[in-house]
Amino acid sequence: MSNTSAHITASCIIRGNTVVKNGVRVYEAPPDVTLPEFLRGLYDRYSGQYPKFHKMDLLSKLGWAAAEILLQEVPMEHYAPEDTGVILANTSSSLDTDERYAETMKEIASPALFVYTLPNIVIGEISIRHTFKGENAFFVADAFDIPFITGYVQQLLNEGTLQAAVCGWVEQYHSGYDAALYLVEKKPRNGSLPFTANEAEKLYR
Amino acid sequence: MSEQVWIAGGDVICGTGLNLAACLDAFEKMQPGMGAMQHLRSAHANTFPVAEVKAGNDELAAMAGMPAHWSRTALLSMIAAQAAWNSTGLGAVSNYRVGLVSANTVGGMDKTEHFMETYLQDTATGRLREVVHHECGSITELVADALGVRHHVSTISTACSSGANALMYGARMIRAGMLDAVIAGGTDALTRFTLNGFNTLMILDQQKCRPFDDTRTGLNLGEGAGYVVLVSDRLAEQTTAWCRLSGFANANDAYHQTASSPEGTGNFIAMQGALNMAGVQPADIGYINLHGTGTQNNDSSEGLAIVRLFNGHYPPVSSTKSFTGHTLGASGGIEAVFSAYALRHGIIYPNAQFTTPMKELPFAPVTTFSRGNALRHVMSNSFGFGGNCSSLVFSE
Amino acid sequence: MADLKVQIIQQLNLQEVKPEDIENDQPLFKEGLGLDSIDALELIVLLQQHHNVRIANPEDGPEIFYSVRTMAEYITAEKSKQG
Repeated sequence: MSNTSAHITASCIIRGNTVVKNGVRVYEAPPDVTLPEFLRGLYDRYSGQYPKFHKMDLLSKLGWAAAEILLQEVPMEHYAPEDTGVILANTSSSLDTDERYAETMKEIASPALFVYTLPNIVIGEISIRHTFKGENAFFVADAFDIPFITGYVQQLLNEGTLQAAVCGWVEQYHSGYDAALYLVEKKPRNGSLPFTANEAEKLYR
Repeated sequence: MSEQVWIAGGDVICGTGLNLAACLDAFEKMQPGMGAMQHLRSAHANTFPVAEVKAGNDELAAMAGMPAHWSRTALLSMIAAQAAWNSTGLGAVSNYRVGLVSANTVGGMDKTEHFMETYLQDTATGRLREVVHHECGSITELVADALGVRHHVSTISTACSSGANALMYGARMIRAGMLDAVIAGGTDALTRFTLNGFNTLMILDQQKCRPFDDTRTGLNLGEGAGYVVLVSDRLAEQTTAWCRLSGFANANDAYHQTASSPEGTGNFIAMQGALNMAGVQPADIGYINLHGTGTQNNDSSEGLAIVRLFNGHYPPVSSTKSFTGHTLGASGGIEAVFSAYALRHGIIYPNAQFTTPMKELPFAPVTTFSRGNALRHVMSNSFGFGGNCSSLVFSE
Repeated sequence: MADLKVQIIQQLNLQEVKPEDIENDQPLFKEGLGLDSIDALELIVLLQQHHNVRIANPEDGPEIFYSVRTMAEYITAEKSKQG
C-alpha cells in the first residue's frame, strides 16, 4: 500500500522537568520541583484562563499541557473538527488515579476522581480544549512502540479518516512521567520533518 | 490485502447467558439477566441490581480450562474468545496468522480488591503496584498465550466503546494484509470499583434499567465478554461467514469527560462515518443495536443524533443492555456478536422493561423478539466516557 | 457562609478562585462559577462529608446548589430536621 505523504509538523517531549519543543529545550524546572508543581508551572507559563485544568488528574494535566505547548502558534482552524484525531498510548493506564479513587472508596467515593479512572479521558480533555472530533484511540502497552503508533496513524491518514493527528505517548504513575506528542499533518509547515518512525524516534530520544 | 472484512463467527458470555445460544433463548423468552448480587460482595448488594455472569470463579475456571487464580476478567475473556474461535470451524489457531485485540477497562480489579482487603489491614504485607499492574496489563496477554495467538496482541482502553474499537482496529489489520484473522472484542468483570464509581455519578437504576424509556433513571452494571472473529477474503472462503463488517467510524464528542453533548454530535459523526464507509444510506439500515444505557443523558443524545441522521426513516431499534446490563469494556464486543448474528439470521432483539416512549423522540424501541426479518445492514452503537463514540455497520 | 465558600473551593479544586470572589447570591453553575455536573456530584459529597447532610435525589441539586446562600439554607434546614 502506498503511503499518503505526511509530516511531523510539531513535537513536544516532556520529561525530567524539562520541555523540548520541536527539538529545542524551551522550559526547565529545578529537579526538586514535584510533578504537580511542575505541571502548574507549565499551565501558568503556557496557558492560564482554563480553570478546568486544576480539576484534572495528573495524567490528563500532563497530556493536556503537552498538547497545549505542541499546538501553540500552530493554526488548526482550516481543519473541520472531525479531521483531527488523537491517538495515544501508555503503560500504566490510569493506575495512579485508580489508586487515589480507591482510597476515597473507604469513606465517600469521589465522583471527580472516578471520572479520571480511564486512560482515554486525557484524549477527551485535549479534544474538548482544541475541538478535535476525529477518531481517537488509546492503547495500553509495555513500552512506547513508535513504529506501531506511527504505522497506525499513517493508516488513518491513508484511509482519509484523518487529515491531521495528535499522537504519541502520555505515561504517568506517581512521580514518574514521560510524554511525547507529535502533530502529524498531510501538508508540511516550516521546519517539518518526514513522518517516519525513525524521525519520531530521534525526537523522542 | 483483503478487500472485505468478514465475521466468521463469534460468541459471548454475560449475565443473560453463558453463551450466545443461551442469550438468544433469554431474548426470546424476555428474561433479562439482572438480579441481586450473588458473587460480588458490596455494601450496595440490596440497592442496585446487576447482571452478573451466573457462575462463580471456580466454575468459570473449569469452563475456561484455566486456573482459578486468574482474574474474573481474564476467565470471561478466555471463555468467550475460545468459543468465538471454535464457532468458525477454522481448526487450529496455529494454522493462520491470528491476532487478539481485546478491550477492558477494569483489568484484574476484582483480584486487586480481594488483595486490598488484607493489604488495608497491614500495608506492610503487599506490593500494591505489582498486583494492580500485573493483573491490569496482562489480561490480553494471558488469554492470547492460552489461545495460542502469536502474531499480534493489543489492549485497547477507551471506556465503554473499547470493544467496538477493538473490531475497528482488527479490521484495519486484516485490510492491510497483516493478519488472516483477528479475535476482536472486549471483557470486563463487575467490581466494587466500578459499582461505587457509577453510584457516585448517580446514574445507577435501583430497578431494572429502562433504556429509551421516558421513565428511565439510570443503568444497571453487567459483566461479561464478547468476541467476533474477523477474517480476510481468503479465509472467508474456508468458512461460512455470518456477514461483513462493512463500515466503522469513531469520533470524539469533545464536550465533557463523562456526559454526551445534548445533541449527540460525536454519536452523529460516528454513525454517519460508518454509513459512509459501508456505502449505504440511513434507509438501508434494517436494525440498530443501540448503545442505550438507560441514563437520561445517553439515551436522549443518542436518540436525537438518530433523529438527525435517519430523518424520518427510523429502523427498528433496541438496547440489549436491557437484558445484559452495561458490561462497559465488553459491551461493544458483546453487541457486535448480537448484531452480526442478527443480520445473519434476520433477528430483531427486543428492548425489555419498556413502557413509555421518550417525549423528545418520534420513535420507540422494539419490544418483541422476531426472526425471519429481511436484514441487509445492521448498525451497532457504542459510546464511552472521554467522548469516545463508535459505530459499526454489518452487511450481508 | 464564609466557611462554606472555603469548603467549595477546596472540594472543587477552584485554584484560581478566592472565597471573597464568590458572592452569596451568585449562581454557582454555568454563567456564575462555571461549575458542571461532576462538580454538582462533588458538592453532594461535600455536604455529606462536612455537614452530614445527604441528598438522595440528584434532581434536587440545581435548586440546592443554586448559590452559596441556597446551599447554606439547605444545610441549616436539614440540620434542624436532624435535631
